[in-house]
Amino acid sequence: MANDRRGDAHGAPADRELLSAADVTRTIARIAHQIIEKTAGDERAVLIGIPTRGAVLARRLAAAVGEFSGTTLEVGSVDATLHRDDLRRRPARALEDTEVPEGGLDDRLVVLVDDVLMSGRTVRAALDALADHGRPRAVQLAVLVDRGHRELPIRADYVGKNVPTARDEQILVLLTETDDVDGVRLRRGPTPEGAPAS
Amino acid sequence: MKHLLSVTDLDAATATGLLDTADRLKQALLGREVRKLPTLRGRTVVTMFYENSTRTRVSFEIAGKWMSADTVNVSASGSSVSKGESLRDTSLTLSAMGADCVVVRHPASGSAHRMAAWADRAAVGGGGESTGTHTSIVNAGDGTHEHPTQALLDAATLRDRLGAIAGRRVAIVGDVLHSRVARSNVFLLATLGAEVVVVAPPTLLPVGIAQWPCRVSPSLDAELPALDAVMMLRVQAERMHGSFFPSSREYAVSYGLSQARAALLPDHAVVLHPGPMVRGMEIVPAVADGPASAVLAQVSNGVHVRMAVLYHLLAGAPE
Repeated sequence: MANDRRGDAHGAPADRELLSAADVTRTIARIAHQIIEKTAGDERAVLIGIPTRGAVLARRLAAAVGEFSGTTLEVGSVDATLHRDDLRRRPARALEDTEVPEGGLDDRLVVLVDDVLMSGRTVRAALDALADHGRPRAVQLAVLVDRGHRELPIRADYVGKNVPTARDEQILVLLTETDDVDGVRLRRGPTPEGAPAS
Repeated sequence: MKHLLSVTDLDAATATGLLDTADRLKQALLGREVRKLPTLRGRTVVTMFYENSTRTRVSFEIAGKWMSADTVNVSASGSSVSKGESLRDTSLTLSAMGADCVVVRHPASGSAHRMAAWADRAAVGGGGESTGTHTSIVNAGDGTHEHPTQALLDAATLRDRLGAIAGRRVAIVGDVLHSRVARSNVFLLATLGAEVVVVAPPTLLPVGIAQWPCRVSPSLDAELPALDAVMMLRVQAERMHGSFFPSSREYAVSYGLSQARAALLPDHAVVLHPGPMVRGMEIVPAVADGPASAVLAQVSNGVHVRMAVLYHLLAGAPE
C-alpha cells in the first residue's frame, strides 16, 4: 500500500532528485548527532518508527547513534493506522507492524521517527497510539523530510531536509531496505488516490 | 467486503489479509496499558443469537468493544422473536435503528444470506437513492451450513503454531454432518493450500462430500502419524434426530482422541477443538489440556480474528 505513493522504485525520468544516496546517509548521521546531543546520554531513550519507512529510519538512526556515541538505544515501531482520522475516507487498509520495547514506554524519552512530515495527521495518530501504550516522559519527532502544508499544530524536533513543495507534488523517500536504493525525489502530480496524507 | 457470509466468498489473498490484520491487531494490543482502539468509534454492532453460544457471542462483543464500537446483544428469548416476529422483520428493525453490523447466529442454514439480501435492499430507497444505512451481516453460524469466523480463527491458530498453512495436512474428525465448523474449515483450509482429510463414521458424513476439496478416511489411527494438525468436532446431540452411532462409548472408542491416539501424532502436531468440548466423548481431558492442545489459543485468536473482520467490514469508506 505504502509503495503506491512512492511509485516505481527506480523513479520515472520526470522525478527530480532532492537527496542522493550519500545525502541520505549524511542526513541520517546528522540527525543521529542531534539526537545524541538532545538526549544527553539518556540510555533509556527509545526510537519508535512509524511503518513502513519511519521504522526503517528508526533502525538506521539507532545504528548511527550506537556508532557515534556507543549508546545502544532501543528501537520499536508503532502503526498509527488504527488511530487515523481519515479511515472512513478510503477502503480499509492493511495494518503494519507494532513493536513496543519490552520495558514499555512509561517515563521514557520517545523519539518518534517518520520519513515525510506534511499534514501532521499521521503524527497525531501515532501520538494517540503511543499514549495507549504508556506515558512517555517526553516525545520528540524526527523526520527525514519536512515538506510543509501542516494541518495540525505539530512540528518536528529533528528535520533532515526542509523542502518547500506544492500540494500537487509528491515526495518519494526511497530506502534500500524497502526500495532497493536510497534517495529522496520530487515528483510532479498529485499524490495518488488511496495514499495517506503524511 | 460488505458481508461475511461464507468462506467460499474469500479467495486466498483476502483470507490471508484477514489473518494478517488479526496478527497486527494482536501485536498492537500486546502490552498496552489501554486495551482499546478508537478505530470503530460511533459504529454500532448488534449480535443477534437465536442459538446458545458463549465464546462466539462474547468474542464478537469483546472484539467490537476493544475497537470502540457500541455493541448490543439480542438473544431470541427475551426479544420480540418470542412474540413471533419474523427474522426479516427483526433484521429490518435493527437496520432501521442504524446498526452498522449485525452478527447473526440462527438454526436455519442460509439465514445469514437472506439477511444480507434484505440489508442490501433496505440500503436503497424507493427512488434508487441511498438510505444512509447499509448494514453489514456477519454469519456467526447458520444451521449446519457455515461458521466463517471459526474457520478463520482456526486458520490463524494453525498458521501461528505451524508457521504456515499451505502444504500442511489437517484432519477434521467427528460429526461432520451437523458441523458448520467442519464445512467452513474444509473450504477455507483448502483455499489456503492445506491438505484436508475428513475422518468420520459413514453415518455422520454429509451427502455431497465427494465434491468437497478434501479426502475422506474411515480410520483415524491410519491418518494420525502423518498429520500436522487434528481438529476434533463436538458431537452435536441437539441436532441428532435419530441414531447415528450405536453408543457414545463406541463413538469414543472409534473416533475419540485418547492419550494412546494422541501419542501417534508427530511431535509438532497441534490439536484443535472449536468448543464446547464434551470431555471423554470426542477428546479426553489429558489431551485437551496437554501441550499439543491449542484450544485456548483458538479462543484468544478468536477475538483478534473477529476484530479483523469488523475492521475490514466497518473501518473503511463505504464501497
